Amino acid sequence: MADLESFRAEAHAWLDANAPRAVRGIQVTAESGGNWGGRRAVFDPPEMKIWLEVAAARGWTAPTWPRDYGGGGLEPAAARVLSQEMAKLRLPPPLTGFGLTMIGPTLLRFGNEEQKREHLPRICRGEIRWCQGYSEPDAGSDLASLATRAVRDGDHFVVNGTKVWTSYADLSDWIFALVRSDPDAVKQEGITFLLIDMDDPGVSVSPIGLISGKSPFCETRFEDVRVPVANVIGEIHGGWTVAKALLGHERTMIADVFGSFGGGNKKSNGSSALGELARDYVGGDPALADPVLRDEIARCELDERAFLLTVQRARDAAKAGHQPGPESSLFKIYATELNKRRTDLAVRIAGPGGLGWEGPGFDEDELTRTRQWLRARGNSIEGGTSEIQLNIIAKRVLGLPD
Amino acid sequence: MQLVLSEDQELLAKTAADFVADHSPVSRVRALRDSADPEGFSRSLWKQMAELGWLGIPIPENYGGAGMGLSELAVVLEALGRTLAPEPFLSSVLLGGQALLLGGSEAAKRAWLPRLTAGDANLTLAYQEARSRYDLRRVATRAESGGSGWSLTGEKIQVLDGATADCLLVSARSVGDERDAHGISVFAVPRGAAGLTIEPQQRVDGRAAARVRLAGVSVGEGDVVGTLGEGGDLLERVVDRACVGLCAEMLGSMSEAFDRTLTYLRQREQFGAPIGSFQALKHRAAHQFIEIELCRSVTMAAARAVDAELDETPRLVSLAKARCSDTAMLVANESVQMHGGIGMTDEHDIGFYLKRARAAEVTFGDAAYHRDRWARLNGY
Repeated sequence: MADLESFRAEAHAWLDANAPRAVRGIQVTAESGGNWGGRRAVFDPPEMKIWLEVAAARGWTAPTWPRDYGGGGLEPAAARVLSQEMAKLRLPPPLTGFGLTMIGPTLLRFGNEEQKREHLPRICRGEIRWCQGYSEPDAGSDLASLATRAVRDGDHFVVNGTKVWTSYADLSDWIFALVRSDPDAVKQEGITFLLIDMDDPGVSVSPIGLISGKSPFCETRFEDVRVPVANVIGEIHGGWTVAKALLGHERTMIADVFGSFGGGNKKSNGSSALGELARDYVGGDPALADPVLRDEIARCELDERAFLLTVQRARDAAKAGHQPGPESSLFKIYATELNKRRTDLAVRIAGPGGLGWEGPGFDEDELTRTRQWLRARGNSIEGGTSEIQLNIIAKRVLGLPD
Repeated sequence: MQLVLSEDQELLAKTAADFVADHSPVSRVRALRDSADPEGFSRSLWKQMAELGWLGIPIPENYGGAGMGLSELAVVLEALGRTLAPEPFLSSVLLGGQALLLGGSEAAKRAWLPRLTAGDANLTLAYQEARSRYDLRRVATRAESGGSGWSLTGEKIQVLDGATADCLLVSARSVGDERDAHGISVFAVPRGAAGLTIEPQQRVDGRAAARVRLAGVSVGEGDVVGTLGEGGDLLERVVDRACVGLCAEMLGSMSEAFDRTLTYLRQREQFGAPIGSFQALKHRAAHQFIEIELCRSVTMAAARAVDAELDETPRLVSLAKARCSDTAMLVANESVQMHGGIGMTDEHDIGFYLKRARAAEVTFGDAAYHRDRWARLNGY
């Protein structure tokens, strides 16, 4: 503990001295791309570039990764202290994205030495932005039925096929993709995990519009793209093992995002966002004029609180040294289904005000809520549909037979 | 607030689970029902539970208790709920005991609590009336001032373990009309008081309950529990505590009903396959699992809120009772459905879980009532 406290002081002093003042309090979103790095990185404000560079030089863009690969070599406890100190100084993360959260951890676990030395330092320095190539037009929930072909040609694979839902592919430099390397093997056994440079000839990207409007999703096509065999992670035909481990990261990430939604363990302060919203539209003080709507709002709030308490219970159990309990299997499905209901209710509370799409006559919040309601429909589809989540719970937690 | 069991609480859970396995199968509940047992629970098991120290868990040490909290009691009640044990925790330890603890005079506490924790005397709370539904403050029973005390007249329904209680704590009003929120007080009425009539009521869940009639029952000034006229607030605090205990019991019952149903889904074969392999049933089972996990979280939170005396306690209690009520009914109904025809027979035990779930849902307010209370407490 004493070590941690001296590290806290040291980290605070270093951050205070080295992080540019201009980045403090900056809200970085995926859309602004402010700290996603890559060959076409946009730094807004420009000091974000300095922040990235100084943090990377210290190894603090990837605090827990080994120093040999550009990380900070910190224990998880020290990394938590670092992130607390960054929060105190209102510093945005110097770098974020799928390199840090998805392919990096996968390389650390499955990559060979050469691959780790090639890719990890470039991820840490924010030089390469990564995207994920898993789903295909005909392989959604049944991911193992994917059909993008990789045909061996000497020390290369020749790749042909189409990937969908490749988030931010239009801004990314490299893609990690699942390809079918053995068409004759049983589904899961003929798949290879491949890293592909998107500047290679034959890679093309087009954006996908959603029911909610613009989106970061793209469709990525491969036409006779030549990829070195050295870019295979894990065994050739052994990509499914790698992919499953990575999907675990993705689901934790999604649940984390929703787990922090609504202020985490923050106590309710006696007012309610949906309740306030309803009062704006429906009126009726102290009790809302519409008892059915009021009941629906209460139901939504109760469910949200119950969910957040369950997230807290899992965290408290982990802190007490227990193995993850069965409760963690419900995070993804519950958080996403709840978000669907909440966004749906917010639109219905507004009545005609919930119909705004763009332009005058609707306020900014109304326009946002419409899009959020539509976008949230996808929450229970992406990252494993709710139906797949229920299958997993039935099988792995409840032990029901196939 | 830590939502994880301490080592001591884990140990208590283990002791309680072992006790239930050894002494309290569901067949006990069936036997009590079939013999129309006038007491509705086992005196000898109640005494054993007292010796284990369970009755005194939420009672301070100076009154013979263990000085622990609802977090600990919840662990025991969850285990007992698994096999629907009918011993009078809710009526005596929670409703009666907590009312005395929160509102009773020092003399009253000394007179009753040590005997309660030893299993030698039981208390209960007579708060429900024919027209009150879930409203604790809708009280028609009158308290008329006269001489050196009060004269109580009225009728209370479904007083839990009313026929075996040695002392009944009765809500009555000295001013205002039936719907007035104020003017309510709680009076201690000993069993056998003149003018007191207690008739057992047979409920669907088989738990002991009684109709209590008061025809000019005399009590002294010293028999007022809590502040005169402020009994509504006392009732609310007491029922909140009892509610947490009930939620723990419900958590145990719903978990057991669900486990039994899962076993059936794995064993029962139709169309040449275990019915648990059918996705229509798998998804519904997974859905119930999720709801039960949430019930565990909210029940733990409510118990810890009471123990830490958080301002947020009433909100968290309503959260717990709303979710446990809905989930208890969901799981019970699904359990009967998934058992199919056998689930409809009296011979099978699963029906006991449905009946108890209904009674527990209605006790202290159902989910709709608690959502309404949550909304009120949140200012909308």
